[in-house]
Amino acid sequence: MKQVKYRNSASKLLFLGTVFLFSLFQPTFGQADAATTSGGDVAKGEALFKSLCASCHKRYKRSTGPALFGVTERHSTEWIYSWVKNSAAMIAAGDAEAIAIWEEYKKTPMNAFPQLNNADIDNILAYVMVPKAAPPKSAGATAQATSTGGGSSMSTNLILSALVLVFAMLVVVLFLVNKTLKNFAAANDIALPEAETRKPIWKAFIENQFLVLVTAILVLLASGYFVYGFFMQVGIDQGYQPIQPIHYSHRIHAGDNKIECKYCHSSARVSKHSGIPSLNVCMNCHKSIAEVAETTATEDYSKEFYDGEIQKLYKAVGWDESTQSYTGETSPVKWVRIHNLPDFAYFNHSQHVSVAGVQCQKCHGPVEEMEIMYQHAPLTMGWCINCHRETNVKVEGNAYYEKIHEELSKKYGVDKLTAAQMGGLECGKCHY
Amino acid sequence: MSSNKKYWKSVEELNEDSSIVETLQQNEFVQEIPTDAFLGDKASLENSSTSRRDFLKYVGFSTAAASLAACEGPVVKSIPYVVQPERIVPGVANYYATTIADGFDFASVLIKTREGRPIKVENNNLATSNGEANARVHASVLSLYDNARLQGPKRNEESGAVDISWDVLDKEVAAKLNALGGKELVILTQTFASPSTTKLITEFKAKYQNVKHVVYDAVSYTEALDAYQMMYGERALADYDFSKATTIVSVAADFLGDWQGGGYDSAYAQGRVPKNGKMSKHIHFEANMSLTGANADTRVPATPTQQKQVLAALYSYITGAGAKNTLEASLQVAVEKAAKTIKKAGSNAVVVSGVQDVDAQLVVLAINKAIRSKAFNEATPRKIRQGNAKAVAQLVSDMNAGKVGGLLIAGVDPVYTLPNGVAFREGLAKVAISVAFSMHANDTAIACDYIATTPHYLESWGDVELKKGSYSLMQPTIRPLFDTRQFQETLLKWTGNSIAYNDYIKNAWTGVLGGTSWSQALHDGVLVKPVLASAALENAINTPEGEQETVVAGPNVGAAARRLSTVKSNGLELTLYTKTALGDGQQANNPWLQEMPDPITRASWDNYLTVSKADAAELRLENENVANGALNGSYAKVVVNGVEVIAPVIIQPGQAKGSVGLALGYGKKEGLKEEMQVGVNAYTLYVNQNAVQSASVSKVEGVHEFACVQLHNTLMGRGDIIKETTLEIFNTKDKHEWNAIPEVSKNHIEYEVTSPEVDLWDEFDRSVGHHFNLSIDLNACTGCGACVIACHAENNVPVVGKSEVRRSRDMHWLRIDRYYSSQDTFEGDNDKKDNIAGLRSSLSEFGEMEKPSENPQVAFQPVMCQHCNHAPCETVCPVAATSHGRQGQNHMAYNRCVGTRYCANNCPYKVRRFNWFLYNDNDEFDYHMNNDLGRMVINPDVTVRSRGVMEKCSMCMQMTQKTILDAKRDGRVIKDGEFQTACSAACSSGAMTFGDINDKESKVAKLKEGDRMYHLLEHVGTKPNVMYQTKVRNTTEA
Repeated sequence: MKQVKYRNSASKLLFLGTVFLFSLFQPTFGQADAATTSGGDVAKGEALFKSLCASCHKRYKRSTGPALFGVTERHSTEWIYSWVKNSAAMIAAGDAEAIAIWEEYKKTPMNAFPQLNNADIDNILAYVMVPKAAPPKSAGATAQATSTGGGSSMSTNLILSALVLVFAMLVVVLFLVNKTLKNFAAANDIALPEAETRKPIWKAFIENQFLVLVTAILVLLASGYFVYGFFMQVGIDQGYQPIQPIHYSHRIHAGDNKIECKYCHSSARVSKHSGIPSLNVCMNCHKSIAEVAETTATEDYSKEFYDGEIQKLYKAVGWDESTQSYTGETSPVKWVRIHNLPDFAYFNHSQHVSVAGVQCQKCHGPVEEMEIMYQHAPLTMGWCINCHRETNVKVEGNAYYEKIHEELSKKYGVDKLTAAQMGGLECGKCHY
Repeated sequence: MSSNKKYWKSVEELNEDSSIVETLQQNEFVQEIPTDAFLGDKASLENSSTSRRDFLKYVGFSTAAASLAACEGPVVKSIPYVVQPERIVPGVANYYATTIADGFDFASVLIKTREGRPIKVENNNLATSNGEANARVHASVLSLYDNARLQGPKRNEESGAVDISWDVLDKEVAAKLNALGGKELVILTQTFASPSTTKLITEFKAKYQNVKHVVYDAVSYTEALDAYQMMYGERALADYDFSKATTIVSVAADFLGDWQGGGYDSAYAQGRVPKNGKMSKHIHFEANMSLTGANADTRVPATPTQQKQVLAALYSYITGAGAKNTLEASLQVAVEKAAKTIKKAGSNAVVVSGVQDVDAQLVVLAINKAIRSKAFNEATPRKIRQGNAKAVAQLVSDMNAGKVGGLLIAGVDPVYTLPNGVAFREGLAKVAISVAFSMHANDTAIACDYIATTPHYLESWGDVELKKGSYSLMQPTIRPLFDTRQFQETLLKWTGNSIAYNDYIKNAWTGVLGGTSWSQALHDGVLVKPVLASAALENAINTPEGEQETVVAGPNVGAAARRLSTVKSNGLELTLYTKTALGDGQQANNPWLQEMPDPITRASWDNYLTVSKADAAELRLENENVANGALNGSYAKVVVNGVEVIAPVIIQPGQAKGSVGLALGYGKKEGLKEEMQVGVNAYTLYVNQNAVQSASVSKVEGVHEFACVQLHNTLMGRGDIIKETTLEIFNTKDKHEWNAIPEVSKNHIEYEVTSPEVDLWDEFDRSVGHHFNLSIDLNACTGCGACVIACHAENNVPVVGKSEVRRSRDMHWLRIDRYYSSQDTFEGDNDKKDNIAGLRSSLSEFGEMEKPSENPQVAFQPVMCQHCNHAPCETVCPVAATSHGRQGQNHMAYNRCVGTRYCANNCPYKVRRFNWFLYNDNDEFDYHMNNDLGRMVINPDVTVRSRGVMEKCSMCMQMTQKTILDAKRDGRVIKDGEFQTACSAACSSGAMTFGDINDKESKVAKLKEGDRMYHLLEHVGTKPNVMYQTKVRNTTEA
């Protein structure tokens, strides 16, 4: 609720910040224009770079290959032309510069691009020679936003405390006035009218046995209800949202980037465990994604925060960014397990994911929206059973089910069979 | 008494003026404890702010608060791999083919691993020889996680063992080996039967001078090896294929046990199941009641001396070559009969013998040659025993004479297993450098200078030539748990070879592989190369008339037979044997094996002297069942060659009069947990490594408490538990005569109990989906116990220990009952019971029937939860913790069970087990579930049960569910044979068949319709899903 309150002011600030940033970017664009005039088209170069080069090169950072910004200062344009078209030939020919690079990058050969003509290469060079934008002021902007945000909440507090003070003063004043008046009355011998003494209501209540009985029953029922509720939630961790050693955002991966769940949780297809992906799976992408995009940052989590989390991954897997290689020093990540089934209950992911084709979200909730993962379902036996009662078994195209489906549908006189009718409610199917 | 020595406990006491000493002499505590001041003052007690009632209130409140706080779930951490190995998916099992070759057990097996840790041993169905894992091999996976294992190399010093690094060990040993100065260096090893190791030792010999390799088997087969060498020129053991024999005559060869390395069960069982009215005939002569004798159609008790005479007589009957008749009358008849059967069967017969005597073994080889037995494979002799007792004896005397400079001991524990172990240890002291290659700090290891700690076979590489042309590979199934290095790896290092041992094997195998790729061979684990028939065999085939010639051409068998016929017995004869559970004792620290009941005596956690009833009466040795139902026995002193051993006594029905038996492999002390140090060491009586010794036995004081799980010895005529008939009746009579379904009367009409007319319950419809049934063939079941251990491993069955077993609280989900018949046959028992007249007669006759006779019939019956369709346990459970599934399984929800034990009381089969204690994570039960290492063997798919719940066989629900899920995922129909339980998969003899009876083509559906099928206690009307196949004995009489 609180956050909603401030969203307006925050968005306004963001807007203002963006405008401010645009004004900052202005000279940068000017510079880029200058580059275009000097040799190539930045826009075309960007398209080519992203399609051909980006898998191994970054503009300002070393990746599989060297950072390309400033490449024209390191090598002559002619040399670059021939290198891009066929680097292997240059190495074979014994070009000293070429061999030096080849050695530096652990003899990883660069693909030859004979399809590029010199103009294309000029365009790419134009793009890569665009200097890095000045450090974005977004950090400053956020800081500003938070300080203003803090200011607004402070002012509310101030107003509230002022109000409290005023009321307190009023109470004191009234009390004093009352006291003074009483003193006056006493001094002037004015008899104050005595309040009529009536039987206190609690006494009347206690004397009425019926009321006491009814109330006692109500109180007992109510407390019974709460005690029952308390005991029934023991061991149920719905909504459990522990802090993980690495802030991994399912929202970014499964939501924004639409990565298929089973890309990382691949063992869910074949195993009882969905499996927490090993770090080498993370590195499939994060080898080349060392920082998040500006747009990934939210008001709660800044880009620096996310980049720091990626650094945690690198540390755990032992990845040295500067040399783009593994150091071999690893420290496995100790994730906090969220979905805990008791040991006496057997659950198999592959049965549900591969055979039944159940969507992951059915049990795990809107994972693609979760910034921090939490337990969506209660994971109680009643919850399992309900689903088994309601869900039809996916029998189509599965030779295993052919005979049993035919026989069972005849027996129950239905076309579709639920998991329960298949025997999915038997104790021994999950407890052994 | 008169000594005026001063004893002191602390240095302070030596100080004469110490005030503390003074005070302590007066008081127990330095400061007085104000008990009187506190408790004596009544007034202050009453005025105290904390009264007794308050105290109780506080306790109650804090307990309630603590239990409420405990409702909060613990934080569970999940730690994924940093780099996940390609083939490991958490939750999915991987299987690797490997081979056990510990010098006693040799088998090609499959290892099931979960998340990289081996959890179960299974049979390798690709193997053509020794593919059957016995109970010990099944249990060997637990020995991997033995927390008594050594964790790194050690140097033994005066003050004890010191941890050293491998570099230090290598350097120090190399220095000492080079300083031997021409003195002999001996490598004493187990039988490796490994071509690459043989090559390696040859290379080692080339590097150091004067090296001798001595092979030592703890349980010796020297005589059989010598005899084979005399006859065929190769030091190996004769190989037999019992599936090709219609008549098997065995003289003390326990081939269903450990004889010649075992592994004969499946071939034997093939011929034992009647097919087209035929089955093999098995005649057995022996002294101790062995597993093989118990399975025989005709078992003839014969003392070791008589056994030799029997062999001589058999030889003379079959070949006609004369040997004087020295047999006593009853044996004479039996031998004559056996000889007649052999002659009738001709080349379809086979004679085997376990008599440890060169003459006897020669005679056996000659008989098989004479009848040209098809079951005897001359071309492929077994290589898995190569020990030479004479060379070992020579080594011990050389060591004591100071002739041996260095000694490397690999895989054997001679200080424990040699009868003159003490002499060996004394000899060790005279050796300049001794290194033990061992997994445990056993007797030998602690007596050597260094311990080069070796890994378990599941962490090792290796290759084995099981028999000529049959190879098997060993590969690691887990990274070594400790800082260990295998013997071969060390030898490679010491010969200055930097190659890894697995590459060494690979190179050595280039000749073996032929057309197969290395990866394929490693994947299969086995490789069989066709072996050309040996020259001798070819000769025999080419010259049919030359059979007498070949017999005479070799060693003089006639003279051997004559020597055999003239042996004389000398008092009581002791036969040392190996038990199914412990074998030679290598795995004595394995609680599964210790708790496995012996198939014959049903006693666990012990070895004992088996004595015949007549001898026991003479020696006044007694067995008695005590009030709590357990078995007690007297102690006896056994003296052999001046060495005495005091062992408890079990009176063994069927033990030949004049003979006693005692199992090897027990009584080990070093390197074992205290709980496992049970039994007596019979190796001290194993003079000259000969199993037969003449002994004197006498009673000594004391009563031994056995942990025996079966209290009743005989069936008492309850013939419907084990149904049996003879082959003659089976072939000629109608099924209703020998396998009648019990009848009940309703409205004066007799109905079969299986009829719906007399059913109390409405039948469920089980025609849809799967309906699992398990069939157990009493003809094929040899009682080997592999299923018991497989069930242990698969289902996380806890070990409870000797005293709990004695209280009948064993947890085995699967037991193998053994029944004797007090008459000559079980039928005789039935007749006797039926003819009992009146109460007085019944009292005496039932009493008689409980006494097994001198030579009883034996039957084995594996019993697990029968998964009744009308289960009595389900109806009495107050919380519905046990319920029925449509697939025929009786479910047990442990988390629902409150432990009333009504179900166990109402179970007619007594298969439910109650968890009296928390067996996991409890140091009172120091077996394997209380330490992290031992817990690695636990199957993650099966719940580890806690205290206060009932548990029982689930028909391996986790396995059937897995099979179904795999089929669903692949979208295919399940084939027959895919469904398995742990016991049916472990059963190498094919006695257990599991499957879906709704699949009408399945093997188990056909077995259900078979004539021999019956249910246990059919008249109770429980309609079990486990069925038994009537035992048919190939006997003509009775």
